[in-house]
Amino acid sequence: MLKEYKTIKEIAGPLMIVEKIADVKYDELVEIEMSTGEKRRGRVLEVTDEHAAVQVFEGTRGLGTKGVKAKFLGRGIELPVSEEMLGRVFDGSGQPKDGGPEIVPDKKMDIAGAPINPYARDFPNDFIQTGISTIDGMNTLVRGQKLPIFSGAGLPHSEVAAQIARQAKVVGEGGQEDDTPFAVVFGAMGITFEESQYFINQFKETGAIERAVMYMNLADDPVVERIILPRLALTCAEYLAFELDMHVLVILTDLTNYCEALREISASRKEVPGRRGYPGYLYTDLSTLYERAGRIKGKTGSITQIPILTMPEDDKTHPIPDLTGYITEGQIMLSRELHRKGIYPCIDVLPSLSRLSQKVMSKKTREDHSGVANQLFSAYAQGKEAKELAVILGEAALSDADKKYAQLADEFEDKFVRQAHDENRSLEETLNLGWELINILPKSEMKKVKPEQIEKYLPKKKK
Amino acid sequence: MSESKDMEQGIITKVSGPLVVAKGMSEAKMYEVVKVSEEKLIGEIIELEGDRASIQVYEETGGLGPGDPVYRTGSPLSVELAPGLMESLYDGIQRPLNLIQEKAGDFITRGIEVPAIDREKKWEFKPVAKQGDEVAEGDTLGTVDETTLVEHRIMVPKGAAGKVKEVKSGEFTVEEIVAVIAGKDGQDIEVMMLQKWPIREPRPVASKLVPTEPLITGQRVVDTFFPIVKGGVGCVPGPFGAGKTVIQHQFAKWADADIVIFIGCGERGNEMTDVLMEFPELKDPRSGEPLMKRTVLIANTSNMPVAAREASVYTGITLAEYYRDMGYKVELTADSTSRWAEALREISGRLEEMPGEEGYPAYLGSRTASFYERAGKVRCLGGEKREGSLSVIGAVSPPGGDLSEPVTQNTLRVTKVFWGLDDDLANRRHFPAINWLNSYSLYLEDVNDYMKKEAGKDWPEMRGQAMQILQEEASLEEIVRLVGIEALSAKEQLLLDTAKAIREDYLQQDAFDDVDSYASLKKQYLLLKAIMTFNNKGTEALEKGVELKSLQELPIKEKIARARFIPEDKMAELEKLVDEVVKGIEGVAKS
Repeated sequence: MLKEYKTIKEIAGPLMIVEKIADVKYDELVEIEMSTGEKRRGRVLEVTDEHAAVQVFEGTRGLGTKGVKAKFLGRGIELPVSEEMLGRVFDGSGQPKDGGPEIVPDKKMDIAGAPINPYARDFPNDFIQTGISTIDGMNTLVRGQKLPIFSGAGLPHSEVAAQIARQAKVVGEGGQEDDTPFAVVFGAMGITFEESQYFINQFKETGAIERAVMYMNLADDPVVERIILPRLALTCAEYLAFELDMHVLVILTDLTNYCEALREISASRKEVPGRRGYPGYLYTDLSTLYERAGRIKGKTGSITQIPILTMPEDDKTHPIPDLTGYITEGQIMLSRELHRKGIYPCIDVLPSLSRLSQKVMSKKTREDHSGVANQLFSAYAQGKEAKELAVILGEAALSDADKKYAQLADEFEDKFVRQAHDENRSLEETLNLGWELINILPKSEMKKVKPEQIEKYLPKKKK
Repeated sequence: MSESKDMEQGIITKVSGPLVVAKGMSEAKMYEVVKVSEEKLIGEIIELEGDRASIQVYEETGGLGPGDPVYRTGSPLSVELAPGLMESLYDGIQRPLNLIQEKAGDFITRGIEVPAIDREKKWEFKPVAKQGDEVAEGDTLGTVDETTLVEHRIMVPKGAAGKVKEVKSGEFTVEEIVAVIAGKDGQDIEVMMLQKWPIREPRPVASKLVPTEPLITGQRVVDTFFPIVKGGVGCVPGPFGAGKTVIQHQFAKWADADIVIFIGCGERGNEMTDVLMEFPELKDPRSGEPLMKRTVLIANTSNMPVAAREASVYTGITLAEYYRDMGYKVELTADSTSRWAEALREISGRLEEMPGEEGYPAYLGSRTASFYERAGKVRCLGGEKREGSLSVIGAVSPPGGDLSEPVTQNTLRVTKVFWGLDDDLANRRHFPAINWLNSYSLYLEDVNDYMKKEAGKDWPEMRGQAMQILQEEASLEEIVRLVGIEALSAKEQLLLDTAKAIREDYLQQDAFDDVDSYASLKKQYLLLKAIMTFNNKGTEALEKGVELKSLQELPIKEKIARARFIPEDKMAELEKLVDEVVKGIEGVAKS
């Protein structure tokens, strides 16, 4: 028995209040039929014995309090899933957007998802080689990790993400590749047409589109759809990873648009706002997205997440990057300064961090990995400090060691950070490059690498 | 619905996220546990108005709606206390996550009822009390070897007192009677190993004591400069990426407590898994047994229901108090209390309460204070006059690293140690990124006597001098920035070198290195001694006209730099180091 009501009391922003209802459940899916016959969908956000607040996904434009029917469907939002989704493009409500046929579902999955039991999780410890030195060498990505890219407006985050998606592979200890099938799930929230085309073309060129599922909500699509889009994408990813045993890389862009949609809904519900007008439950809400990554004991598949967000005014303390950083396992930080210098990829290693890297560095990779990374981190930081000092006091005021550090910082940016869009460096190459840079320093400053490794890997200085 | 005959049953009138309002609850009490809907989701009453009760539900509320029933249970939210707690992994309301997995699979679904304590397992109960003994609350009736590290004491439960009529010996499940006490009123009291305690009510003690013994964490910056005592309270605030969680893990791993309770409150799932997989592998440095044998983990990851996150810290601290009452030194780490405060805020917002600062409820301060106040060194109830302690270390995650926000401020008001984490240090990979200039410990003086005895006689002076050098470094750095290093005297330059050595070779500690991860007090003393000897002897040498450069080029400096990687069992090498430093400098002075 379906429950259909015409008692629309109020419409505000993306919310519609339906009154005189009975037997409506929290989080239930609603189908809204307008007098024109057009159908929209919504979700119950709050229900009392008098009314229900319904969030309308496609927006409330054109809705009126008269002549609109709200049908409560008695279930949450479900995503029909099947292996056929690979290679397809969908819109923010899960409908095909590429002109192809509807998906014949294998099964239907609730998009809210349930938290993975920490006891059932397997700790991520497979090194993913992205071919980008600043990531592989210093902020290693691990299979099952959630590692966001913190960017700013106008920075090449799309290029970096696409390059990771193209080049990422798991290299086993013997150097051979893992042959478990992989897939890319791409969720775009509120990005421009060009940006979305860039990704589609990138995937097409490399043939990756065959292994990709894309969810697209463009800048002019309904805002509210952005709330459910990442959940569709992640549900799809969970299906591919944990039921079809694939390694799934999920790229979500741009989380800032997601949070803004959330704020809009919160404001129209007249909730008590937290920082900068974002709802107090932003942390909890974001965690229900980000935590849907990882590995499960006894299952082959995994979900690795790379969410992209643009920091308003490059401010890392803004609530969106701030709360994200508290949930994700590190962050890759893009730097406007490096970008201005014309360096691609403009990843600033100092504020970047991969929390899981310690678990694979030197344990699953070459023995000197962790030492080289630590040495480069501290040397680059010191070099940058020395350069700042040189600006004030002049080059001459630097001590001999500091001059070396300054030189290292320059060469680090030029040789280690900079690489071409299609340059796929192996970890071996990255580490050897690291040793070349370390070689600039006097031996007494090489405190973070072990003496026997200096012996083994340090290039012999030419006289 | 047979169980609801004697208890009244309410009807849901509103559902909003984790908050449910039900009517027909006029008999209900505050903080009573209720079962919501036919699925029996666990909830707790947090507000009463007329016959309407506001209930926070500890599980997902999707699919609930007006008209669904609410069943009362008549009892407050409680934890079960009995042998079998150790080595467990619980969620925020003490459901074992392994049993949830057995029942529900890899994902946590709702309405799962599992016992907190294994009802089937038999434990060897060894009686301590004898027939005819007069006993009162807190007296030990018998013991159970819970793990190789923990002897579980079965104590006389609350309110019971009288003459022991019978005490058994042998193997029992937690629900079997192990002793009978003839109560004062002539009633027999049957005691089983399983007891319950409401989580929001602190367990009683005979008296509180002033703590003076430091909690040795094996972390140099903590033990040396900012120590915490057994029974003390500390907090670790810091922005993300500054290494809060690693420090919390280090405390849980290495602190010389008998029992460790680790609460992952609203944190990452993978981190809990890490702890879960690592602890059984790691060996306790004192006993050589796996750390897990003395640990209880409580995991309520960020995507698990928000209300259970609010309860998780209370669940944890009640378990901690229970072991404290047995006379153990308990350490509790909560990572992170900000997530707990946010859960409070979320629920307060849904209750439409008047918000205080930044949307947090006005009672945030009092709730925080009463939580930390449950820590302390105590004389336990019971005739044996046991002493137990409960140290609490809370991580705080201030938004944007801004320490002026309400959670940090409220926490600072009640904690006595502040380990301030610093973004800059973290960026330079100086870990642990505890800023030595703004952190503090109010226990510093209290532990002096202990340190003199255990570490070395000159410990307080040495520590004082080292800290002074670090502070002078900060002001000298300013000068260097303005006029360059040449403007400093040789002595000042040596001081900068020493400060650098303290920072890089002493304060920095690699949590992921097998050796460096933990440093005993003796090792800390010798390391610092070597660095300070170099400084003091070096200064003397400079006064005698030795060139700074020849000091800087001494090979012993590199040896000091690598000394922190000398394993604990080769302490003799470290002992020699100080002499080598003296000889090295004397060598230069002579030539």
